[in-house]
Amino acid sequence: MNIMVVVRQVPDLIESLEIDASGSSLDWDAASFIINECDDHALEQALLLKEAAGGTVTVVALDQGDVDNTLYTAAAKGADRIVKIPVDDGWHPSPRAAAALYAEAAKDLAKDLVLVGVQAHDELDGVLAPALAAALALPYVGVIRGVQAGSEPGSVVACKEFPGAVMARLDVRLPAVLGILGADQPPRYVPVSRIRAAMKESRFEEPAVAAAPAASLVSVHKLYPPVSGTRAEMLVGSESDIAGRIAAILAEKGLLK
Amino acid sequence: MSVVPTDAGVELLEQLGKTGSGTSPLGCMQCGMCAASCPLGAAMEFPPRKLILQTMAGNLDKVLASPSLWMCVGCYTCSHRCPRDIELTDGLWPALRDRSMQAGFQPPGELQETFQNLFKYGNTLGKSPRQRLDWAKGLDVPVLDLSKESRPVDVLWLVGCYPSYYPRNHAVTRAWARIMTRLGVSWGVLGAKEKSAGECERMFGEEGLFETLVEENRKLLGAQQFETLVTLDPHAYRALHAYYPRFGAWYPVQHYTTFLAERLDALRGMIVKPVEATVTYHDNCCVGRRCGCYDPPRALLQLIPGVKLVEMDRHHDNALCCGGGGGGMWLDAHIVAHGGHRLSDERIRQAAATGADTLAVSCPYELSRFEDAAKVAGLDGQVKVRDIIELLAESMDLGERSVA
Repeated sequence: MNIMVVVRQVPDLIESLEIDASGSSLDWDAASFIINECDDHALEQALLLKEAAGGTVTVVALDQGDVDNTLYTAAAKGADRIVKIPVDDGWHPSPRAAAALYAEAAKDLAKDLVLVGVQAHDELDGVLAPALAAALALPYVGVIRGVQAGSEPGSVVACKEFPGAVMARLDVRLPAVLGILGADQPPRYVPVSRIRAAMKESRFEEPAVAAAPAASLVSVHKLYPPVSGTRAEMLVGSESDIAGRIAAILAEKGLLK
Repeated sequence: MSVVPTDAGVELLEQLGKTGSGTSPLGCMQCGMCAASCPLGAAMEFPPRKLILQTMAGNLDKVLASPSLWMCVGCYTCSHRCPRDIELTDGLWPALRDRSMQAGFQPPGELQETFQNLFKYGNTLGKSPRQRLDWAKGLDVPVLDLSKESRPVDVLWLVGCYPSYYPRNHAVTRAWARIMTRLGVSWGVLGAKEKSAGECERMFGEEGLFETLVEENRKLLGAQQFETLVTLDPHAYRALHAYYPRFGAWYPVQHYTTFLAERLDALRGMIVKPVEATVTYHDNCCVGRRCGCYDPPRALLQLIPGVKLVEMDRHHDNALCCGGGGGGMWLDAHIVAHGGHRLSDERIRQAAATGADTLAVSCPYELSRFEDAAKVAGLDGQVKVRDIIELLAESMDLGERSVA
């Protein structure tokens, strides 16, 4: 099974986020980056599938943030190929625009299964995973909590989580794109000596991607930190006073008749 | 499981033993002094003696998979007492931990997070490097950030992770800045550029991570001019003193207790008030048992008028570890889950048994470990935990409250 995994760089929230002079974008120069958590799970799931059923794992990322370390770490964990897509300095594509880039870069890759994190905390005009499935013209299932090799070749069994703690096991015929929420086990730790070895031994593939970037459906007018509200009212007094006041507030809001 | 030595096992043991500074583990006569001395040995599937025996017998897989491999807290008692001078604590243990991870066994989850924090941010706590100097906000003495303004200094102070980030430690960190300034020492720090020295990483067996930190620190320190490196952290001291030279990186380095003990006369003249306290001192393992430095911290405590120094039953080279070394700081849950206990809980009771009202420490890990232990043991309020720096600063009127 040939598995393609998409990993994204997202702003690392150990740093406080800053807004640039335009007032409508993060100050990317002040941000530091980290692998998107769901994508890290997608990579782990791909490695588990490869270990269980054989095949190859190809990890694809845009050339942004701390991507080199992320890709070398993926190689150290067992990824066979690491692909870095060149992008213009300082350009942070929306999920739709990024999906077009990934699809273009992936057009020559053998891929039975594409795994990508089901969400990232910087997504704006929709989510990458289904957008990528659309760009690749492949079927999509999201919110997946574990994938096993199927009983027949060319299929996998995916565990999907529904609201109300309902889990489903789905037979998925390949090729397909899966949006990964969590892998069957937490992302593995790889000793730094292996990462250092990967830095010496692994080589990035850097395909020229000529896809016209898709326009974002959303433009940002203003970005600002949450504003402290002033509408909190502290209720004091006896229990019956407070209960009466709560009932009155609910009635004022039309929630009690 | 056969325990007869095999050629392959003997060869491997010899190879693993080369990472330490003592004699080869092949000289082990299975006397059991190590296992019997280990404060957590009774809970280990493979205490030190068995580690050697099973490795020699070629039963490495079971050793590498055992949770007991992650129960050593780096107290050096086994190494110190070994009649054959075999370096177990920072030789065989880290080598086997490294071997375990290379073989694909996962270290305990808490440690994985610590490792990742160190690799990504250069500190164990997973904090932003930009917040390294937050402890100095509003400080009443100037702090020279050598990463922004490099100039020759007497002391390059490696502040350390806990002293930089952990709120409880800030009172000590700030007091130390005042004491150095009061002594007329020119000093500077590396600010946001500073990274962990890496001792715990090496003890964890994360040799690649340790080498990465050594390389980065060599670059940083190579760009500065200083007479002495000073650290509040016995673990950083141990790393810079014993492990960095193996990479050709030699630095004049002192733990703060020896740095101050060389300035006792100057300090004596700066004492302005007594500190009425019955104090017992906890010898930390790195500066104490491993480096044999017992007198300087006691000399500093005895300098303070009003301090009555009493010893615990276990002191000097027989002191019980706080349980925080060798990665133990991040392994309490793992150790307890596998039948061990928090050594700090035991140690705080030993401190209380002396009748002391204050437990003095000289390691940044120990404030939080022993303050937590005091709560667990029901001794909160009865035994205060204070760094020697805090006691000294109070008697020099340089403590946090007097300045505020």
